[in-house]
Amino acid sequence: MKDFAATMPKDRTAEAAKRPFPFSAIVGQEEMKTAMVLTAIDPGIGGVLVFGDRGTGKSTAVRALAALLPPIEAVAGCPVNAARPEDCPDWAEIADETLVSKPTPVIDLPLGATEDRVTGTLDIEKALAQGVKAFEPGLLARANRGYLYIDEVNLLEDHIVDLLLDVAQSGENVVEREGLSIRHPARFVLVGSGNPEEGELRPQLLDRFGLSVEVASPTDIDERIEVIRRRDAYETDRAGFLDDWDDKDAALRARIVAAKVRLPEVDAPEPILRACAELCVALGSDGLRGELTLLRAGRALAAYQDLEEVTTDQLRAVAASCLRHRLRRDPLDEAGSTTRVARTVDEILG
Amino acid sequence: MEGAANGATTGAWQRAVRALELLAVDPAGLGGLWLRARSGPVRDRYVAALPALPLGLRKLHPAIGDDALFGGLDLAATLAEGRPARARGLLADPAALVLTMAERCPPGLAARLAAALDTGPGHSLIVMDEGAEPAEAAPETLTDRLAFHVELDGLAHGDAPQVQLDPAAIAAAAAGLEGVVLSPELLADIPALAARLGIDGLRAPLLTLRAARALAALDGANTVSAEHLAEAAALVLAPRATVLPESTAEDTPPDPPEPDEVPEPPDQNDPPESDASEEEMPQQLPAELLLEAVAAALPPDLLARLAAQKARRAGPSSTGTGTKRKGNRRGRPLPSRPGRLDGTSRLDLVATLRAAAPWQGLRRTQARTPRTLHVRAEDIRLKRYEDRADRLLIFTVDASGSAALARLAEAKGAVELLLAEAYARRDHVALVAFRGEGAETLLPPTRSLVQTKRRLAELPGGGGTPLAAGLQAAMALAEQAQSHGMTPTLCLLTDGKANIALDGTASRGQAAEDAQRVARAARASDLPALVIDMSKRPQPGLRALAETLDAPYVPLPRADAKGLSQAVTGALTD
Repeated sequence: MKDFAATMPKDRTAEAAKRPFPFSAIVGQEEMKTAMVLTAIDPGIGGVLVFGDRGTGKSTAVRALAALLPPIEAVAGCPVNAARPEDCPDWAEIADETLVSKPTPVIDLPLGATEDRVTGTLDIEKALAQGVKAFEPGLLARANRGYLYIDEVNLLEDHIVDLLLDVAQSGENVVEREGLSIRHPARFVLVGSGNPEEGELRPQLLDRFGLSVEVASPTDIDERIEVIRRRDAYETDRAGFLDDWDDKDAALRARIVAAKVRLPEVDAPEPILRACAELCVALGSDGLRGELTLLRAGRALAAYQDLEEVTTDQLRAVAASCLRHRLRRDPLDEAGSTTRVARTVDEILG
Repeated sequence: MEGAANGATTGAWQRAVRALELLAVDPAGLGGLWLRARSGPVRDRYVAALPALPLGLRKLHPAIGDDALFGGLDLAATLAEGRPARARGLLADPAALVLTMAERCPPGLAARLAAALDTGPGHSLIVMDEGAEPAEAAPETLTDRLAFHVELDGLAHGDAPQVQLDPAAIAAAAAGLEGVVLSPELLADIPALAARLGIDGLRAPLLTLRAARALAALDGANTVSAEHLAEAAALVLAPRATVLPESTAEDTPPDPPEPDEVPEPPDQNDPPESDASEEEMPQQLPAELLLEAVAAALPPDLLARLAAQKARRAGPSSTGTGTKRKGNRRGRPLPSRPGRLDGTSRLDLVATLRAAAPWQGLRRTQARTPRTLHVRAEDIRLKRYEDRADRLLIFTVDASGSAALARLAEAKGAVELLLAEAYARRDHVALVAFRGEGAETLLPPTRSLVQTKRRLAELPGGGGTPLAAGLQAAMALAEQAQSHGMTPTLCLLTDGKANIALDGTASRGQAAEDAQRVARAARASDLPALVIDMSKRPQPGLRALAETLDAPYVPLPRADAKGLSQAVTGALTD
């Protein structure tokens, strides 16, 4: 496999200036890092929501995730990253049908994005200059087979949220404009981050995230010093710092790729399935999504840890991330949902 | 030397000017500056120095739209040239963005600007905050990212001499900035110091390091000294302190020192000494040196400020009006959006024509019937407005035997008066009563005055006092109302003699405890409340409950429903 991160361009400093903070260099925040790794191993888990205070490195972690994702095979000229030439949409008029290895797309959906920009629209340039109708794909097309990242997801305009919910549900983006009816696959993993103080997330959107993690600033002084030290090194000597961490990131990526290969063979024995169900029933989480996520995440973690089957250890480790955002609010329970999950896990798994 | 009072204010001005100087050296790295000052000659003098920043100044206002920020299709140029011409947004090129009236900045804009600071081409943001009240301030999303928090209120014009920055020195420092080295030992002191000052986030320590580097560059030094770090900490960390640091040294008072003890900023008068100490200072208790420097710069009213910050967290519900929501009928206009005309919304004609304009050529060639203007359904743009949500007053009335014996009739009179006022304000009301073993929602949210009065008059008295159940029913109602876009306020009328627990058992202790528990939950969900004590003499237990709810506590004035209504109106519009 071609390793795109290892191919160093000639102008090292200029290229380094654009590269995000290395994932392996993030200090602490184990739960968040695990959640990211799990979603990289099995995108079917369904994305990560990171909620936390200001300055806790939420966006840093998400942007670092891109470097960990294994590359995908896609048709070179295809705007929706189709895996086979026959999957390319007709309107794309692909010139180059060779298959190439591309980095998994991680597309930023900025808060200011218009609907046109998200769904795509007619190419204005062609319409004006040549009087031709041509589709100009939007962010959803580019995010197909990849990740869609929304920072401050709780501040996203309602109509964009509606649109995302619809597309995430159907896996297809439909645009009707100027008598053209364009549709293209839009299957992506949602990754969001936000600060709960600034607004809540609609439960329907909350549900679209497989895992949710809460982050806080480290309280341990040594850990804080280490965060500052690394961040400072990244800002002052970026190229050198990235060099130091490239190996670690590469090793982590290799481990993720290996886990991805192993994933289908990981067994989930009957008692584990039962434990998943019991946990969800005890916590009163709605629907079956909680159980499925729990099982998938447990399996991905087992694959990551090089195990042959899922055990209660894995369930214990992922339960909070999988379930805390699916609990029905109990106004009388003063403990946060994290504590509630932990309590129930202790009761059920012993 | 200057007089005592002068010393403190001159110190503040010097720090403010120093902040500007550092920002000129490293505008993007330091993020920017939060200028909190009312408009006036002192602020004018400070603002006059802003063009010294190496980036062009671009002005933003809180209502700025995405078009202006991010750019978009420049319609006039596009049609004139027959090919798309894009207008560049304000955020496209590195600039010193000046956000005026930042205290009114909505969270959405704050998030966009924050993203621009984090990932943009190297902006610097000057946040001009004219907040009159401590609770009225620029969003923390932004201020957290800015190195310097400068406050000019309270400075006399005479204490604020003209700002003169040396462009040559700044340019030289900016050039030398990259080569400045910081020793790992010094670096480790900053997070420790930030923790002692109760600063939780990790951006502040990082910004301190950058400020220290800029200071060293200004000195022409290529290593950061302990003095640089101390001054940087005074500039960046002191205004963010949330606790008064306790010093380990016996003789340093924990409080901010008296004004006459304010030391000169280390670099001002004695450059030779700081040069000499450059090698030995790091070994000499740098932590204490840092702490002293910061303590000198701590705002004198730190504790009062912390209380105000806490109040601000309580959110918009405390402002007396409903929270904002978006609609398409009335309120402040927002950018329009595509949609279908469905009879309930209004067409934004200009935006619709704008949307249709680029396609005219194309449509004309394809149209079967020749027309001058081709507008299609997908061009339709609808107006949107930001509106204040309706407020809902949830009256939660104690109809137990003890309350009936006391002054249920008077309470009813008071509620009727409040109802009349609520009606005049177009507020919704709801009525929950609790007696015997549980609570009952007598009236779901309504605007009907007559209905409410009738239900209230029919309300019988007698039985136990299930206070917790009453609160719980009111909370459920509030939550439901919130999901319908209303802003609920809880108005509790009781004598506070709770004797029925949540599970229906008659136990005074358990009942009081349950009531406290529900009250804590209500507080956690930020439900604004008001507690009216209708017993013969004020109940300490009820006052404690009001404190838990963070609600005003009003003892029902004797036989004076009017007085009560005034108290309630006062409490609600605070």
